[in-house]
Amino acid sequence: MEDLTIVTMDTTIEEVLEDFEYLDDWEERYQEIIDLGKKLPPLDDAYKTDAYKVKGCVSQVWLVPHVAGTLPPTITFDADSDAHIVRGLVAILLMVYSGKTPRQILDADIEGIFDRLDLASHLSPSRSNGFRSMVKKIRSIAGGALAN
Amino acid sequence: MEETLVESPRKLDDAVRLSDEHALRYRGDFPILDRKVHGKPLVYLDNSATSQKPRAVLDALEDYYTRLNANVHRGLHTLSEEATNAYEAARERVARFINAPARSLVFVRNTTEGINLVASAWGRKNVGAGDEILLSVMEHHSNIVPWQMLARETGAVLRYFDIREDGSLDMDQADDLITERTRIVSIAHMSNVLGTVNPVEAIVERAHDAGALVFVDAAQSVPHMAVDVARLGCDFFAFSGHKMCGPTGIGGLYGRPDLLETMDPYMGGGSMIDEVRLDGFTCADIPEKFEAGTPNIAHAIVFGDVVDYLSAIGVEHIHTHERALTDYTIERLSEIDGLTVYGHAPGRGGAISFNLDDMHPSDLSTVLDRQGIAIRAGHHCAQPLMRRLGTPYGATARASLYFYNTSEEIDTMIAAIHRARNLFSA
Repeated sequence: MEDLTIVTMDTTIEEVLEDFEYLDDWEERYQEIIDLGKKLPPLDDAYKTDAYKVKGCVSQVWLVPHVAGTLPPTITFDADSDAHIVRGLVAILLMVYSGKTPRQILDADIEGIFDRLDLASHLSPSRSNGFRSMVKKIRSIAGGALAN
Repeated sequence: MEETLVESPRKLDDAVRLSDEHALRYRGDFPILDRKVHGKPLVYLDNSATSQKPRAVLDALEDYYTRLNANVHRGLHTLSEEATNAYEAARERVARFINAPARSLVFVRNTTEGINLVASAWGRKNVGAGDEILLSVMEHHSNIVPWQMLARETGAVLRYFDIREDGSLDMDQADDLITERTRIVSIAHMSNVLGTVNPVEAIVERAHDAGALVFVDAAQSVPHMAVDVARLGCDFFAFSGHKMCGPTGIGGLYGRPDLLETMDPYMGGGSMIDEVRLDGFTCADIPEKFEAGTPNIAHAIVFGDVVDYLSAIGVEHIHTHERALTDYTIERLSEIDGLTVYGHAPGRGGAISFNLDDMHPSDLSTVLDRQGIAIRAGHHCAQPLMRRLGTPYGATARASLYFYNTSEEIDTMIAAIHRARNLFSA
């Protein structure tokens, strides 16, 4: 398995939040999310294994963390989903979390961001799409890196 | 709603028109159907997962706790006596609904518990190493895993009926699969994915000839069609109240009385005993033997009102009108380019699974939800069937109907599917 080039999206979470202020119907917002998902570079199939799979019911999500040996460490993530909307949501998550220190990850107000994007329902436990589990997993990886 | 029905752009055939009239007659009984979701009128098409509840059932629940609440089978006071009478009267009514004697009807939480009860209480005593348990590839996990657990414990072997191209059970395999080694055949009456109604009577005949028993998972059939366990001739039969307008947490398990009598209890506790001494116990008669602990009294009693409600409508009418709406739904879905409907067995029921091109069912369901439409997306607790069908992503979307659904709601769903496609192809 070759090393992944760490992928950074050229859109920032601030830009997304600002864009969403101007989108008032759900169709435009979902269109935006789908487009963000399309910009997310696809994960190499070699990483789409059980080891990187985040448990979920309906759609699949894979998450590959890279912890850089700097002090404090920075953690970058590559991730993907087989569903378009979830992929877009994953892209938003990576904007918030990827390339950050464990402390920044743990301090990030993901609920607040999803509230502002009017996407909070995607973080609810009933959406068994693996997306919520992904947030938990990212936070637990950050927690582990912080403890080391 | 009545007016928009008249304005409907397509000319409905008589069967669909009658189905709509029937639905509109009873829709008003269901307060939740007036709800809005994301600002749109709710279109509830997830009835195979659970049905909505009519006012009569909600009132009956309140009435129980307002007027009758007491523990059953133990007090000598008036309330306990009345609650016990109501509980046993409900057993009579529910049993009559499937044409079974009351003593053969065990109150369970749901179909899943009924299957687990039999797999454990009958299976451990009657199934040994090398014995065969026959299921089908279309089974719900609830009708697979309890038998796998039993097989793991006893060394029994699981075998599976395959399906034909149209989603019907491949009965040509019956001779190979049903042998003198078969101890039990456990089969869905109606598939929760394909809508296929399986030929239970024919299976019972073959199984009994071979000396095997038959368990019918009737979770999807009892809500939608008249069933008669005496006519089916099956040995066990389980169904869930919540899929037929009742509350969650109550269901029925029918067992042939002579079998129930020889089975060990499933759980120990109060109510299921005749006498307890420090060195042992003796069991109560059936069906109490299988109802350890304080049962779900309130919901069991309301279950009686549920079957009365359905009987007053007439389950055969529900069946007829749902068939018409099922045909209509499949016809409308099939008009969409790139849409695949799974299951075309003759006489199929209204659990309608489909996929649209390479769109993930999760995406489709999310976008439909934004338009107020509740469908299900996923593997429907039937992963082996998803593999067998080769569905993309191991999942399907599923619209499942009940007697309160109208063709207008189906039209709304069809329009929403087109909108979803536009969104994803933009």
